[in-house]
Amino acid sequence: MTAAPAPAGALATASPRGSGRSSSRAGQGRAGWSFAAPQLVLIGLFVLIPILMAFWVSLTDWRGRGSPFTGQVGFVGFDNYAAILTEPGLARQDFMTALRNNAWYVLLVVPLQTAIALGLALVLNSKIRAKGFFRTAFYFPTVTSSVAISLVFIFLFTGGGAVNGLLGLVGIDGPNWFSDSRGLLHLIGDGLGFWDADSPPAALTDGGPLGLSWWDWLSGPSIALAALILLVVWTSAGGYMLMFLAALQDVPNDVREAAVMDGANSWQRFRAVTLPALRPTLFLVITLGLIGTWQVFDQVYLISQGNPAKTTLTPAFLSYTSAFVSGQWGRAAAMSFVLFAIIIVLTSVQRFLMRDKDAAAEKKALKATQRARAASSKTTFFQAGR
Amino acid sequence: MRHPIRRSAQAAVAVAALSLAAACGGGFDDGAEQQESGSASLTMLIASSGDAETQAVQSQVDAYEEESGNTVDVQVAADLSQELAQGFAGGNPPDVFYLDASRLADQADAGNLFPYLDQVDDLDDFYPNLVDAFTYQDTQYCLPKDFSTLALEINDAAWSAAGLTEADYPTTWEQLATVAQRLTTGEQTGLVVNATRDRVGAFMVEGGGWFLSEDGGEVTADSPENLEALQYLQTNLQAGSFSFPGDVDAGDGVEALGTGKAAMTIEGNWLVGGMANDYPDVGYTVVPLPEGPGGSGTLSFTNCLAVAADSDAQDAAVDLATYLTGADAMTPLTQDTGVLPSRQSLADAYLQQFPEREAYIAGADYAQGPVNAPGVEPVLQDFDSQLGAIETGDPAEILQSTQTNLEQAIGG
Repeated sequence: MTAAPAPAGALATASPRGSGRSSSRAGQGRAGWSFAAPQLVLIGLFVLIPILMAFWVSLTDWRGRGSPFTGQVGFVGFDNYAAILTEPGLARQDFMTALRNNAWYVLLVVPLQTAIALGLALVLNSKIRAKGFFRTAFYFPTVTSSVAISLVFIFLFTGGGAVNGLLGLVGIDGPNWFSDSRGLLHLIGDGLGFWDADSPPAALTDGGPLGLSWWDWLSGPSIALAALILLVVWTSAGGYMLMFLAALQDVPNDVREAAVMDGANSWQRFRAVTLPALRPTLFLVITLGLIGTWQVFDQVYLISQGNPAKTTLTPAFLSYTSAFVSGQWGRAAAMSFVLFAIIIVLTSVQRFLMRDKDAAAEKKALKATQRARAASSKTTFFQAGR
Repeated sequence: MRHPIRRSAQAAVAVAALSLAAACGGGFDDGAEQQESGSASLTMLIASSGDAETQAVQSQVDAYEEESGNTVDVQVAADLSQELAQGFAGGNPPDVFYLDASRLADQADAGNLFPYLDQVDDLDDFYPNLVDAFTYQDTQYCLPKDFSTLALEINDAAWSAAGLTEADYPTTWEQLATVAQRLTTGEQTGLVVNATRDRVGAFMVEGGGWFLSEDGGEVTADSPENLEALQYLQTNLQAGSFSFPGDVDAGDGVEALGTGKAAMTIEGNWLVGGMANDYPDVGYTVVPLPEGPGGSGTLSFTNCLAVAADSDAQDAAVDLATYLTGADAMTPLTQDTGVLPSRQSLADAYLQQFPEREAYIAGADYAQGPVNAPGVEPVLQDFDSQLGAIETGDPAEILQSTQTNLEQAIGG
């Protein structure tokens, strides 16, 4: 983007008339700012300032009494950050456990909900009957209160609940979902004979980064967390489905028809026509998914409170309990800023990855057309343009 | 053409400054100015188990209003600790509020509480170890409004089905293990107990141990007494005669006892109300917890009526708190809600009315309160989460890590 020629061109054309019309331009600027001012003040007041205030709290040992902006509150620098990131101890162990849980959660929820939403949208965009009914049915969980859904899932996933009843029909003795802390990867590895989950290999348990052993990092989501993952995927897939559905209806029909004329089969049409057209929506869905899943709180608060054995603890929930239950406001604020940083970094990485591919594909296409045109005639459109 | 950028930067700074000015305009430092004498208006934040309890409190508060001329606004919190935190942070806490003994040290350490027990003349009437639960660093903060203790509840039908009689009620750990073994059949586990410090801690007390030394100055989590208690638990869990509720698909001990998944459980006197509501047909007997190598032991749970340090009507608040913990108000307040009166002088009358609750009252003399030190909540939660896996875990390791973490939390 930085090397793109367009802004330079705009600058070049703007400068000659800029000197003559500067006063009217300044007037426009003033008008623009005055129109934007109310919104800017609101954003400043309710977003920017609170964030700065919270950042200040994360640098203090405020205990939650009175204002954190008085002289009685001790400034501790980055001690709160050190406690959860670098100093060995329970605070860091808890925070890293929460990050571990949430990382597994994101790793499973984002791809699953995106794939399911896309799949549902494709089906609903085809010529099936009772589209309206299915659309409503799939969208319903998204607009239902998460409290109601969480309660229903508690009953579905109890030891003697409907899910285990179904599993029982096919001869599987289901676990007591929300109180089972065993890690899925531990269980799978055990099942495949890689290790014995009751006496894990010493190479994995002896050490590891940031206060947790490799064995802990690689546990995978616990069975309780897996049930939460199912809940969230079921809830949110419908909402993202709607976005995909809207985007699918914007895919130009003539391109699709052209692809059919060219003899593309349905998979090739999906791969080469539909998917590229959905790229902006895909980007949106994955970004929203990433942000939402790193901040998961309601379901944990309502269903498991971080139990069993801290395997459903998430940074957002830990931050909440640190502040409101343990009264360690500074540490809680520090946690939320670390979480903020993680979300920013991951979203940027994801944006970089998706944009890069896009630009590369464009460049490739550009070169291909250039080559094709060069072959057919000696002058090319782009050279003529310059 | 860098103008627009510079100008927008300036504008952003201006907006920020303006917003900050607006935000701070109200001023954060409202000192607690005491209301002048005459009638005061108070707010009181309570946690309630339901309408019956709320109405009982409200009617006592009405009586107080009539007598004193003060007005009291009773608010029922959905999440007490969260609403309290908001009140303290906003500098406008409720004047009087319920405070759980386990939260006392944190709140006292943060300076949120106004100690008023020096203004109470009949403090001797309250059970001394309940008052101790509200004492932090030699300051006695608030009056316990009631309390609960743990006891052993036994399903009568399961008991007689196993051929046991009243003479067999266990009084020692060995007997408890034996009868639990005998009561364990197919779908029924001998003893189901929650995997938390609030239940398992009773075994530690019976073993002669606890998390802290008696004066609270020393961490004693990894003592041999505690180890013996956890090993006793582990042995019986492995034998299958003890179980955690999660392993028998029950939410807690009450549910396990009511549904017949447990023949015995360890719960507090709240079980009485729970059983009457949900499992009225299940007959059960309450006996004191069996003695361990360290003698009798149980845990107590209690709330006090705390007065906020930032209250602007402290005198009236203290007045209200002492009124509601007075003998006249405590009798009706402990009547229907299943809790025990915290005044020793009321015990006899209470027992005449509810003779079946004797085992709970009996525990008052030797009950251990919650861990009374600030900043220990995360450590104890960690202990709980490790407790869940004790069947296959190493008790010594659990206690060792709790020892280290507690030392760090209290020392730092």
